[in-house]
Formats: sequence, structure tokens, C-alpha cells
Amino acid sequence: MKAVSAEEAVALIPNGATVMVGGFMGVGTPERLLDELVRQRKSELTIISNDAAVPGQGVGKLFDAALVAALTASHIGLNPNVQKQMMANKVAVDLVPQGTLVERIRAGGCGLGGVLTPTGVGTMVEEGKRRIELDGKSFLLETALRSDFALIHAFLADYLGNLTYALTARNFNPVMAMAADTVIVTAEHIVPVGVIAPDHVVTPAPLVDYLIANG
Amino acid sequence: MVNLGIGIPTLVANYVPPSLKVFFQSENGLIGTGPIPEQGMAHPLLTDAGGRPISALPGACTFDSAMSFGLIRGGHVNVTVLGGLQVDAEGHLANWMIPGKMVPGMGGAMDLVSGAKRVIVAMQHAAKGKSKIVQKCALPLTSSRPVDLVVTEMAVIGFSGGKMTLQETAPGVTVAEVMAVTEADLFIPASVPEMKL
Repeated sequence: MKAVSAEEAVALIPNGATVMVGGFMGVGTPERLLDELVRQRKSELTIISNDAAVPGQGVGKLFDAALVAALTASHIGLNPNVQKQMMANKVAVDLVPQGTLVERIRAGGCGLGGVLTPTGVGTMVEEGKRRIELDGKSFLLETALRSDFALIHAFLADYLGNLTYALTARNFNPVMAMAADTVIVTAEHIVPVGVIAPDHVVTPAPLVDYLIANG
Repeated sequence: MVNLGIGIPTLVANYVPPSLKVFFQSENGLIGTGPIPEQGMAHPLLTDAGGRPISALPGACTFDSAMSFGLIRGGHVNVTVLGGLQVDAEGHLANWMIPGKMVPGMGGAMDLVSGAKRVIVAMQHAAKGKSKIVQKCALPLTSSRPVDLVVTEMAVIGFSGGKMTLQETAPGVTVAEVMAVTEADLFIPASVPEMKL
């Protein structure tokens, strides 16, 4: 793990990169990294996140600045900008059931090719997918998701990069921290090694590539 | 363990007596959701599935989204109450998009309908004069698994024996009034009791 500024970390992300962003309706989202993506005008991004948040908040900021070419998410209903950009064919939106989305990311981070889920069988979600019958039940084969970068927000990070999360700000963060080539983390508090007890570490330090120093 | 959807279903929590000891799950990663906090007491990292501030009750626990949907798909959620756009005679629910008009996405709804032990839909009986209880859903389905119960401001509708059945009417609402705003073929038993409120 290397401690860097938000500016340095975001400079590593090229235009057109695939980026996972933690958070649920902007809660548990690394806002400073999103602000920096907007400032450096990183464009044509493929974003993987639970939702599109709302304008001005979380990943919503990337859509305000028209930096996104494609979005994979479970819900965009509270961001009218994304709806507009989708209808105008400016953003390709792939809507995925939330449980399927997180499990595809988990599979990507755990070296699995995909998962079998009953969710979506017999609905629009099934289109173009393989249905597999096992023990008399129907499942869809949903493939794993990985990304070039994961932008993660933790509650505590220690000097080595061990992470814990707070309350409902955990959501997709620890799962995405497993599924990207490069993991960049912001934390509410950076604390000495040992403050987070071994039993309480959720994301182990070796998964974290860059920790953004708190100003 | 109970999961409540956004909108009308959220109101259910206000009518559950504490003696029932229900655990409310919020799919953004919490079991033990409590009431909306008082002014000035909200925590920005403690929110419901719509991103609004909530509280957590003593004994609450938090977890990531993979765990949350493991609980949902894995059959650990006893009941979910969800909103709806349409429910049809076979009990199929449509509640996540209106093609060409409104595409909010399914969020957690597809997993909840596929995985919860019992699925209850709480919605208005009709919208803009059009019945939401239809013979066959015209809107894209949320799941191929039928729901168990539909509760509207006019009626309680079940599916015993695979047949859409009027189980109760709201106080002051007649069976004829329910039928007038129900597009689906609704089985009417010999006696239909009134909802107990």
C-alpha cells in the first residue's frame, strides 16, 4: 500500500477505464475521488456501482459532468440526469438485479467464472443468458465482473491499509475491494496499526494499493 | 425477519406492535432498522435503502451487500412487503419499469420476490382510473414466482389454490365496488369479511 494524494491516485486512471465505485445512494462513496475524476475530466468511463445516486452526490457527479459512457447498476430511478442520458443513447445502462450485481462482483474478486442465481428467471433479465436446471430448479448463469479500478470508502484505515466500514456505508465496498486490478481507498479516519483489532478488519491491507492521505 | 420496500410498504413498520419482536432488514446492509431519527440526530452513514437517515435499534447489525442479498435470496427473510405497478391473475408482479417512460431499475426487488418466504404487495388498487389488478401483466415482470398476497386501500387478495381470490374488503367498500376497479377475473367466495383495522 502507498499513501498518495487524491490528485496522484486519480491521475493513474486513464480515459475509458472501467471503474467500480462503492456506495449506496451516495452513502459510503469516496466523494473526494469522484470530485477529482471530475476535476481531471476523466471521460468515457465505464462505471459499475449499485445505483446512480442523485445529481451532485456520489457517482451522480460523474453524470453531471457527462464523463460516463456505460453504467452497470441496479437502480437509476433517483437520478433524472442518467435517465435522460440513457434515453438520448449517451450512456449505455445495463440494469442488473442488486443481489446479482454484488454476487457477480464477488465472483470476480474470488476467482469464480460466475454464479447461478434464481433471480431473473422468466423476466427480461434472462434475455441472452443461459438457463441451467439443477435439482428441478431454474437458475441463470451470471458471469463474473471485474474492473481496472475500485474506488472504495472506508471508515477506518490503518497505516498498512487494513479497513473497517461504518453502519450502512459498508454496502458494496469490501466486495469491490476484491474485484479490481487497482484499489484506491479514502477513509474517514486514518489510524495507527493496531487500532483496528484483527477480528475487526473487514478488508485486509494486502488488497489496498493506494490510500488517500487525509488533508 | 421482514424487508419493507420504499413507499407504501415503509408505513407497515408503524403498525407492528413491539411485542411481535420483528427484525426489519434494510437491503443496504442492516438488520434492526429503527424509526426516522429526531431532528439533529441523523447519522450520514446510517440510512435506509432510499438513502434517507434512519436509526438502528439495540441489537442491530450491519453487513455488506453480498451478505444482505445472501439473506434475501437464501430464504432467510420471512416476509417482504413491496410496492407494485401491476399484479395479475396468476400473482405475477410487475414493479420495476414502464418501457419507454420510466426505467428506474429493479434494485433489490427481483431478489426479494425470488427469495423471500412470503411476498406481500402493498399498493393502490388503481392508478389514474386504471386497474392495477390485471388479467395479465403488460409491464415487464419482476419475477416468475407469484406473490402470496395483495393489499390495497380497497381489498385483500390472495391466491389460494392458484386462484386469485377476494379475501377481505376495506370498511365501507362493497364487493361490487372492488370488482368495478379490478380488471382481473377475481374469484368471490360466498362470504367476504371486512378488513379488521
